Amino acid sequence: MGAPTWASVGSMIDPIILFFVLGLAAGLLRTPLRLPPAIYDLLSILLLLAIGLKGGVELHGQDFLPLVPQIVGVGLLGFILPFIFYPVLKYLGKLKKADAASIAAHYGSVSVGTFAVALGYLEARKIPFEEHVPLFVVILEIPAIIVGILLAKGLSKNTNWKLVFQEVFFGKSIVLLVGGLAIAWIVGSEGLKPLSPLFFDLFKGVLALFLLEMGLVVSKQLSSLRKYGVFLVVFAVCAPIVGSLFGIVLGGWLGLSIGGTTILATLAASGSYIAVPAAVRISIPEANPTLSLTASLGVTFPFNVVVGIPFYYYLTVLYFG
Amino acid sequence: MKSTQRKLLTIITEAALEGSLENDLEKLGAKGYTILDARGSGHNGLRSANWDATKNIRIEVICSEELSGKVINHLKDVYYDNYAMILFVSEVEVLRPEKF
Repeated sequence: MGAPTWASVGSMIDPIILFFVLGLAAGLLRTPLRLPPAIYDLLSILLLLAIGLKGGVELHGQDFLPLVPQIVGVGLLGFILPFIFYPVLKYLGKLKKADAASIAAHYGSVSVGTFAVALGYLEARKIPFEEHVPLFVVILEIPAIIVGILLAKGLSKNTNWKLVFQEVFFGKSIVLLVGGLAIAWIVGSEGLKPLSPLFFDLFKGVLALFLLEMGLVVSKQLSSLRKYGVFLVVFAVCAPIVGSLFGIVLGGWLGLSIGGTTILATLAASGSYIAVPAAVRISIPEANPTLSLTASLGVTFPFNVVVGIPFYYYLTVLYFG
Repeated sequence: MKSTQRKLLTIITEAALEGSLENDLEKLGAKGYTILDARGSGHNGLRSANWDATKNIRIEVICSEELSGKVINHLKDVYYDNYAMILFVSEVEVLRPEKF
């Protein structure tokens, strides 16, 4: 083995990450490139369903009871994370109460895009993980939003909880993930065979196109970074690392494999940029949406996708000895 | 051809408000409305609509002068402080006044 050659370095990089970088570069170079919104919608629907289906296949015929501790543990993690981030944002970052609560909600919740990249990372390296991990996405997505709203307003009568619950529980991502899980759980892997060319064989390709668009979107966020200063950037890099540590310890407690723990760490590290912004915009109107979106989409998402996931895998391996 | 005067209320705002505004309009008694996706630029910078958080909508309501006043006051009280919202009223003539 001599010095690493270009070919050996190249083969270590996930091609899907390079699609993200390509989108980012195209956006920064002001290339007139943009996926039509309807195509972007279709890609995200395919990803959500495919992730749900993958998880459901494994649950088919499996006893539900052993999963209960995991469901409770992961749910608790979703409640705890915003409480850790909130005081940091409010007292160290000197942000307004509404902004601190909104950002805490974003970081307590999850990013499905980041999750999909983590799945791709483990699959490419043939690292086994519990196939029911998409269940964790569903569980982790919800509690932080509710905690965030409570932190901002308390149990205020002005909050339209009906609208919030509608947005949180019946939002696109939850319905498609749970729907996919349910369909695969009912029919099992044999029954899904006719669908696998679309949902499973094309998964990586769909993810690559999705990340290309994400790169373009992120490049638009970068210009607002300068406005909000150093604290937000530092937070957007440190919060995921802190979150991942909670995920790793919890994964160890729950007896997950190294792969499963890496996924849980990635989920705890990721910040929402779809479900939470929509829910928070209607329920914490005084929070500045650019602030939270710049942090989670402009910094944390690229950080997680490019360096975070391999790093969390490395930390997990260290922790498991 | 006999026509009647009505008000056309046009609201341009963040897509995130679509659900709440639909509720509000129904509660205040609007008999109908039209929602369109919108793009543009203004006080809040470029709203390019290539991302959920930058999507805008344009809502058009044709209604009586009384109702348009009620809707305007409600929107001013509830949304003006925290949301990007443009609101204007114009005169229109309709052929079937009972519909509006």
